[in-house]
Amino acid sequence: MTIGSVPPKYKIAIDRDQCMLCERCIDNCSYGVFRKEDQKIIADSRKCTACHRCIAMCPRDAINLHEKPNDYRSHPVWTRETREAIYNQAKSGKIILSGMGNAGDYPIIFDKLVLDACQVTNPSIDPLREPMEIRTYIGKKPRQVEVSKNSSGDYDLNTELAPNLKLDTPVMIGHMSYGAISLNAQLAMAKAVHEVGTYMGTGEGGLHKSLFPYQDRMIVQIASGRFGVDVDYLERGAAIEIKIGQGAKPGIGGHLPGEKVSEEVSKTRMIPIHSDAISPAPHHDIYSIEDLAQLVRSLKEATEWKKPVFVKIAAVHNAPAIAAGIARSSADAVVIDGFKGGTGAAPRVFRDNVGIPIEAAVAAVDSKLRSQGVRNEISIIASGGIRNSADLTKSIALGADAVYIGTAALVAMGCRVCGSCYRGLCPWGIATQRPELVKRLNPDEASKNVANLIKGWTLELSELMGAAGINSIESLRGNRDRLRGYMLDEGLMNVLDVKTVGA
Amino acid sequence: MAEEMTIDAKNLHYTPLNRMLRKAVSEGTTEIVINNVLGQRFIGDGLRGDNVNITINGLPGGDLAMFMNGPTVTVNGNCDHAPGNTMNSGRVIIHGSTGDATAHSMRGGEVYVRDNIGYRGGIHMKEYQEKRPVLVVGGCGRAFLGEDLAGGLLIVLGLCGECPVDERGVGSGIHGGKIILRGDVDELKLGIGAKKEDLTQEDIDDMRPFIENFAKYFDYNADEILNSKFVKIVPSSARPFANKYCWE
Ligand code: SF4
Ligand code: SF4
Repeated sequence: MTIGSVPPKYKIAIDRDQCMLCERCIDNCSYGVFRKEDQKIIADSRKCTACHRCIAMCPRDAINLHEKPNDYRSHPVWTRETREAIYNQAKSGKIILSGMGNAGDYPIIFDKLVLDACQVTNPSIDPLREPMEIRTYIGKKPRQVEVSKNSSGDYDLNTELAPNLKLDTPVMIGHMSYGAISLNAQLAMAKAVHEVGTYMGTGEGGLHKSLFPYQDRMIVQIASGRFGVDVDYLERGAAIEIKIGQGAKPGIGGHLPGEKVSEEVSKTRMIPIHSDAISPAPHHDIYSIEDLAQLVRSLKEATEWKKPVFVKIAAVHNAPAIAAGIARSSADAVVIDGFKGGTGAAPRVFRDNVGIPIEAAVAAVDSKLRSQGVRNEISIIASGGIRNSADLTKSIALGADAVYIGTAALVAMGCRVCGSCYRGLCPWGIATQRPELVKRLNPDEASKNVANLIKGWTLELSELMGAAGINSIESLRGNRDRLRGYMLDEGLMNVLDVKTVGA
Repeated sequence: MAEEMTIDAKNLHYTPLNRMLRKAVSEGTTEIVINNVLGQRFIGDGLRGDNVNITINGLPGGDLAMFMNGPTVTVNGNCDHAPGNTMNSGRVIIHGSTGDATAHSMRGGEVYVRDNIGYRGGIHMKEYQEKRPVLVVGGCGRAFLGEDLAGGLLIVLGLCGECPVDERGVGSGIHGGKIILRGDVDELKLGIGAKKEDLTQEDIDDMRPFIENFAKYFDYNADEILNSKFVKIVPSSARPFANKYCWE
C-alpha cells in the first residue's frame, strides 16, 4: 500500500489515577475503541468517532478526548480534510459517504441577521401578562370566505375550508425514517409531538405499527422508492408529504443498504429482509410540474381530499419558481430544506457543496409567492439547519409558517453530532438498528427531552415576539421589518428583502 | 342494495366519479360499469374490495387504479400513463395500449395490457411477502423497461410481430425480480446491472398462469405463446450499488 494510513482524527487519553477499571467505556463504545490489558484500559484512538458516549458514561470523568492537531504540514488550501479525502479516494475509487449536516465552512446567514425590538413607540408586549397567539394552521387557505346571516342572527361560513394541521407551536420535527434512525428514536419524538401539540414526519420508511397510537401526529412521506406506501399508510397519516428532494443531497436519490433492512425495517418498508432499498433520484411518475400536480391530486383522491398534501424540495437556486408551480398544484404546503440539513448518509461532495442556505431560499420563495398573489393560499415550512429559537423566529420573519427540526431533535435525545450515522453503530441508540444499541435510548426519557426543547423554544419565540411588539405569529410571518442584516452584502440583503442595521 | 350498477361518466369530474365508485363499493355493489370515460384520472385510486369488478368503457386518464387494493378493473380502450401505479393488490386488464410508467412501483396485483406500453414500463416494481406484482404486455415496451426493478415479474410478449423491446436501458439498475421477453433482446439494449439468461423450466412454470390469464382475457392460445422462445433479464448482482461508496 503506497499511501498508508492517515493519522487518527481524535486522541483519547485515560487518566489512570481516576480510572477504576469499571469497564463501562468498553461496554459503551460500539466502535470498539477500548479494551482492558494488564489491568489498564487501552484506547485505540484510530477507531474513535468522537461520539462522546464513553465520556458521558465514565463515572470518574477519566476519559479525555481531543481533536488531534493537524500534524501534516499546515497549508491553507490543502487542508487535512482535502488531503485525506484524496488518500481515501485514491485507494478506493469510490464515492465518499458522510452523515449529518454540511461540514463546509460557510457563513451562517442567520447569524448575520438580527431581530429588532420596541423601545417607547409601539410598546413591547409582556407574554406573561398578555395573550400571545402562537398557534399556526398549516394547509390551504381560501382566497376569500363567504358568510351569510342565518335566521338566529349568527353568521354561517359558506366557504368549504380545506383540512389544515393545527400546530400549537410552529416547530415540527422533520422526516427521519425508520431504518435511518431507530424505532425508539421515532417513538420518543412521536410522544413528544403528541405532548406539545405538533407533528413529525415518518420519513420514507413507512410507519411501524408501534407508532400507530401517534398516527394523528404523523406526516407520512411518499418518496421515489414508495417504500411502505399503501392506502392504509396514506390514510393513517395526519398529512402526506411528497419528498422530491432533501437539503443534504439535492438532486439525488437515497439508498438504505441491505444490511440495515432488518426484519422490522423490512416489514415497515414492505421489502424483503436485507434487500437494498433504493430510492431513485426522480419519482418515475413525475417528470414535470404537471406530473407533480397529478401525484398531489392522486394522493388527495386516494384519501378523499381529507388530508393536506405537502411537497418537500431541497433549497436550490430555482426553488422560488418550483414553489410557484407547487402552489398551483393543489398542494397545501411547500417544505424547503436548506443545504445545512442533516442526513443519515449522503455523498460528502453533495452534503458539503450542493444547494443553497435556507435563509435565502425561504425569503425568495415567500417573495415569489407574494408577487404572484398565491402566498396566502399555501403554507411554507422551512428546514435544514434550524439550531435554536432565534433561527426559528428569523425563519418565520423571512416568510415561513413553521419550521421542521431534525438534528436539533436528535441532539435533544443525546446525539453528539459525530457524523457517523451511516455506519449504523450510533452509540446513543439513535441512528442504529442494533437491538443492544437501540435499547440504550429510553423513549419516555428522550421524549421528555424533545418536548422540553420545543417548549423552551416556543417560550423564547413568544418572548422575542413580545419584545418586537408582536402578539401573533401571523404578524411575524414574512415581517422583514423586524430583521436587519449585519455585515451582509447588498445582493444578499436584496434576496432576503431586509434592510441593513442602522437603516 | 343492488349488486350491479352503471355510471355514466360523461362530463363527470374524477372526484365525483370516484366518490360514486367508493359509495357503491361500500354499499356492497360488486359489478360496476362506467361508460363514456374520457380522460378522467385516478379512477379506482385507493379503492378497496376483493370481489369488485369494474368495467371501464372508454379511455381513462393517468394513474388508473393507483394504490388500489383488491378490485378487478377491465378497460375497454387505451389508458393514459401509469395505470397500476403503486398498486397493492387487484387486477387491471387493458384491452388496448397504455402510456408511460405503466405499473410504476407496483407492489402487488396484476396488470395485463393487450397491446403496447410507453416508456419506463414496470419501473421500480417491488415485492413483499405474498405480494408479487406481475405486468404482462402483449405488444412491445419502450426504453427503460423494468428500470430499477426490485421485485416481481414483468413479461413482454411482442405479439404485435415486432421484437418485444428495441430501445435502450432495459432493466437498468435492476436489483430484484425478473423481466421475461418473448423472442430476444440485443445485449446492447440492456441497462447497467442487467444480464440476459436463458429460461429454465421453473421460469416457464412460474409465468404459465399469467400467460394463461392473458390468453383468456385477450383471446390468444396460451400454449402457442408458451411454446415460443423467451429470454429473461435478471440482476447481475443483488447489490448493484453496494460497491459505490467508501466512508469519510
Ligand atoms: S468508564 Fe472510566 S472509570 Fe470506567 S474503565 Fe472506562 S475510563 Fe475507567
Ligand atoms: S445520531 Fe448517533 S451516529 Fe449520528 S451523529 Fe448523532 S451520535 Fe453520531
